[in-house]
Amino acid sequence: MGRKLLLQYDHIPGIQSYDVYRKNNGYASVEKALKTMAPDAVTEEVKKSGLRGRGGAGFPTGMKWGFLAKPPGVARYLVCNADESEPGTFKDRYLMERHPHLLIEGMITSSYALGANTSYIYIRGEYYYITHILNKAIDEAYQNGWLGKNILGTDYSLDLYVHVGAGAYICGEETALLESLEGKRGNPRIKPPFPAIAGLYGCPTVVNNVETITAVVPIINDGGEEYAKIGIGKSTGTKLISASGHINKPGVYEIEMGVPVEEFIYSDEYCGGIWNGKKLKAVVAGGSSVPILPAELILRTVNGEPRLMSYESLADGGFATGTMLGSGGFIVMDETTSIVKNLWNFTRFYHHESCGQCSPCREGTGWMEKILHRLLEGHGKMSDVDLLWDIQSKIEGKTICPLGDAAAWPVASAIRHFRSEFEAMVKHVEPVQKSGKTVEV
Amino acid sequence: MDYVQRLIKRYPEGKHKSALIPILHVAQAEFDGWLSSDVMDYVASILKIQSVEVYEVASFYSMFNLKPLGKCHIEVCRTSSCWLRGAEDIIQHLENRLKIKVGETTPDGMFTLKTVECLGSCGTAPMMQVGTDFFENLTKEKTDSLLQRFSNENKRRTYCDQPETLTS
Repeated sequence: MGRKLLLQYDHIPGIQSYDVYRKNNGYASVEKALKTMAPDAVTEEVKKSGLRGRGGAGFPTGMKWGFLAKPPGVARYLVCNADESEPGTFKDRYLMERHPHLLIEGMITSSYALGANTSYIYIRGEYYYITHILNKAIDEAYQNGWLGKNILGTDYSLDLYVHVGAGAYICGEETALLESLEGKRGNPRIKPPFPAIAGLYGCPTVVNNVETITAVVPIINDGGEEYAKIGIGKSTGTKLISASGHINKPGVYEIEMGVPVEEFIYSDEYCGGIWNGKKLKAVVAGGSSVPILPAELILRTVNGEPRLMSYESLADGGFATGTMLGSGGFIVMDETTSIVKNLWNFTRFYHHESCGQCSPCREGTGWMEKILHRLLEGHGKMSDVDLLWDIQSKIEGKTICPLGDAAAWPVASAIRHFRSEFEAMVKHVEPVQKSGKTVEV
Repeated sequence: MDYVQRLIKRYPEGKHKSALIPILHVAQAEFDGWLSSDVMDYVASILKIQSVEVYEVASFYSMFNLKPLGKCHIEVCRTSSCWLRGAEDIIQHLENRLKIKVGETTPDGMFTLKTVECLGSCGTAPMMQVGTDFFENLTKEKTDSLLQRFSNENKRRTYCDQPETLTS
């Protein structure tokens, strides 16, 4: 059994309520930070912990905090990104639903470190029911003096609000999120300036994922160095993995970084193996945007080393033979899955979610969806595979935000590792069945 | 209205436009689950912004409906993890049961059927959202009994089912 930091108290009944949460070491990090540490010392602990952004990019959190501009007399903001919408990812929902006070505690401690006196939790509109859970917890935190004016008798004050979105994947991109929070369309901004210099209302702003913020709680309680002892190399601490697809036990699992992928898929502690006694075909390891890998490459690197659940090991081999940890949205596919149909599904998603600002993404995602649909319907041409490759290569790196890359990578990796499946689809006579199972040709 | 004013107070002086999306959710719930141009103009007048600033936002986000829809808005997730676990069968089943296609409303105005992209329910797939509620690990039988329940209850289900509790 690996150590649990975020889900340590997951088994305790009523942990959602203030009283039970408080009895289980709740709000200890706020007490420690506000009473015994200067704001910069909190940031220093986060730097020492090696914590990396859990939303998908994996950027060092302490460094991101360190970039925050602090001009005198200008408000600073912390915004929690709870717009979880990367297909295959549902860990933040789990955290907010079951551990609302952990997020609020993390928001207070982090806001103190950054010198923010107003903070927002931007939650996707479809999670509307969770706003009730969070607002109840926020009310309890105000009533017990953890929010509001002069927290714990110090001169630090903080107001925390939940802000609800309205259905747009793009708002998970931090500058689109800020636009949306300002009451506008979620069109990503051109960077620089980065939010650390000019973010919400033009003020210095840090945007962090839900899981990142909650990880600050054990880091302050136990110290950054203790946190960094868990994990492997530059992948420190624990990570929540959202496991879904063709496995026996879908769900959210907290792992110590470095668990072998094979163990994660097959052990009863985690996914419990492939369903219906089937064989593993492919895995999308970090949410829909990361490259898909066939079974042999997800279990072992090209050098034959066991692949581990860490930023570095999953990326081993680059995009030629590796992938990314991303958001930890771990989608497993059994031997009956049509890779082409799954890719069409992903591409339709990106086409639907493209904000429309940049032509390569707006037009290219639509073209790719159309070509993939043609292949699935049995009207594809051999040249379509090269055409798909060409289009994705002209989207990647040519857009304002990473949605373009996210739309291109699944296409490139599916062709790279499963080209024969595309070609078989051109040659074959029958289209793929509705169920997504490939017809033998 | 008091609730709307409290929403506006969450944002700094002069930044009241931030309240636009939360207010549109409330407006949609108040006015039969969709936003007519009259309703959007009304929201613009509350926030003292141009109507076009409301239209451009309402048309960007998938949760705002710019046309009338059924009392029960069924949204079935179709993205990868749900698809891998049988979402297409559920969609097909709903089309057969309701005798409509995706995107249509039943003649009695009770049900609108739509497909949506990933709702973060991948570990409990397949799923659908009706109003604020998630219905997960769907089977055809479970879907049937839910349809029966919604018909019996005969009430409008919207995203914003109750005003959020507010602190200050």
